[in-house]
Amino acid sequence: MTATAERGGEVVRRHHSRTGHPRRPHSSYALFLLPGALAFLTVIVVPFLMNTGVSFTDWQGVGSPKWSGLANYRELMGDSEFWASFRHSLFMVVAMAAVPTVLGLVLAAALFDFVGKHFGTRIAAVLRACFYLPQVLPVAVAGIVWSWILAPDNGSLNALLRAVGLGSLQQDWLGDPDIALYSVMGVMVWVQLGFPLVVFMAGLQRVDPQLYEAAELDGAGWWRRFGHITLPQIRPEIYVVLLWCTIAALKVFGAVYVLTKGGPGGATDVPSYFSFTTFFEKTQVGYGAAISTVLTVIILGLALVGLKLQTRAEDAEEGLRA
Amino acid sequence: MTAVRRYPVLVALVVAALFMVLPFAIVAINAVKSPAEYSSNGPLSLPHGFYLDGLKDFWQRVDYGQKLVNSILISGSVAIGAAVLSVLNAYAIGIGRVRGRTWVLAFFVLANMLPQEALVYPVYYLCKQAGLYDTRLSVIIVFTVVQAAFGTYLLSSVLGQFPREIIEAARIDGANKWQVLWRIVVPVSRPTIGVLLVFFFIWTWNEFLLPLVMLISNDNQTVSVALGVLQGQRLMDATMTNAAALLGVLPAIVFFLVFQRTLTRGIAVGAVK
Repeated sequence: MTATAERGGEVVRRHHSRTGHPRRPHSSYALFLLPGALAFLTVIVVPFLMNTGVSFTDWQGVGSPKWSGLANYRELMGDSEFWASFRHSLFMVVAMAAVPTVLGLVLAAALFDFVGKHFGTRIAAVLRACFYLPQVLPVAVAGIVWSWILAPDNGSLNALLRAVGLGSLQQDWLGDPDIALYSVMGVMVWVQLGFPLVVFMAGLQRVDPQLYEAAELDGAGWWRRFGHITLPQIRPEIYVVLLWCTIAALKVFGAVYVLTKGGPGGATDVPSYFSFTTFFEKTQVGYGAAISTVLTVIILGLALVGLKLQTRAEDAEEGLRA
Repeated sequence: MTAVRRYPVLVALVVAALFMVLPFAIVAINAVKSPAEYSSNGPLSLPHGFYLDGLKDFWQRVDYGQKLVNSILISGSVAIGAAVLSVLNAYAIGIGRVRGRTWVLAFFVLANMLPQEALVYPVYYLCKQAGLYDTRLSVIIVFTVVQAAFGTYLLSSVLGQFPREIIEAARIDGANKWQVLWRIVVPVSRPTIGVLLVFFFIWTWNEFLLPLVMLISNDNQTVSVALGVLQGQRLMDATMTNAAALLGVLPAIVFFLVFQRTLTRGIAVGAVK
């Protein structure tokens, strides 16, 4: 970050001294932005504005939209299905951001600082690969795998419980409204865990090994080193992972579509699935647009706060170092 | 630390790792079981023989070859298109330092974080108007732009650190901006562009919502959508589901084995910035 800022300053200065040369105006690079700008305008900006506009109308997808002001939003406030879907989103944030980050931190530190050191980096790399594998799977395919493992009659999980004599714990994992949400959460932890792990292990590679050696000589145990060296050293990575994973959790769609279709009885409905069914099954396009607009505001708000916190943390660290 | 205390931790980590890959193993052993064997011995027994009819039936039923072609065509086109777009954007932002670049960059980041739900209906509607609905081209166009948002963000920060001396030298030798881009910047940034290509390809391969909405005819569907829709309809028996799972998992494992290095390196590049 500092390097970029310094170089930026240099360019400005150089640019100043060159004001006598109109031959190569600085801004002519803007031409290279033209294709990107046009593409973004047509594919992202215009549809996004249309969606926001439609959210203020009563539109079924055919005919011309009728302006209805804030009616959709007022209706949302009293819609228990909408509130339930957002409550489930919070569960997804726990399953896709909080738990994977905590587990990922402990696993990354264990693989890097313990396995890597005592058993060789190759074993650490193989274990890392095992944890990362679910990440390359299309989430729809992960859904197929798990809905089959979690099937009530001949599913592998129930078969496993029977095999080890815990048959009384068998469940209809995805069909019981009291359990379905937790089952989906479990699957999402499995899907998501590899991402923080790999990011954190990459981050640990820039930590000075002498820090660990010094702490070990001073008699600090593993957990102390984890808390006093690992955590503070990879704080930027922790911010990034939490932000990305939280946003991913709020957007989760494919897994819910394949595993439960939001059911049973709306027990696993999430905002993105709710807006999808409102758009394409109930064809209440105006209402669906309002749902997705609320979701967008939450996600973009979160992203802005997250980016701000991150740059502030980086600035603070640089201030300390300077 | 003594060896006696070391090994339990290693064993615990290995068990955890095995738990992560267990679902893959269960899918693999059941894909080669006959339906009779599956129903009498359950999902956990080891297969007695090598029964491939389930896979063959499923392959033909969903026309899996066509789905693979569609997925490869869509993901490949998106990867190349998005990489080109990212390079052009990042050249203007990272090296050209166009005015207001912080805002331009913030715009690209936010565009990448936007939930697709907020675009999906207008995109569906506009594509219907333009005659692009249920064409692979529609999905290619949308994902090229969405992925380029991330590529622009990543590549801009990499190009921001590009050694200026090389560019200045080339300019003094008479190269214009276009030549500098293709003869110097692109070749030097090849490792990062390679990472982007791999990520764009896999991300597009895994996309679900937009292809689900846009690609309804059998001839255009991607692997993810075809399998997801079948599963969602609950029309499949256990053997079918298992065949579907295996055929969906296999390409992912191939990518993983081929690109493992690039993937982990790419995540590191992406996270630090």
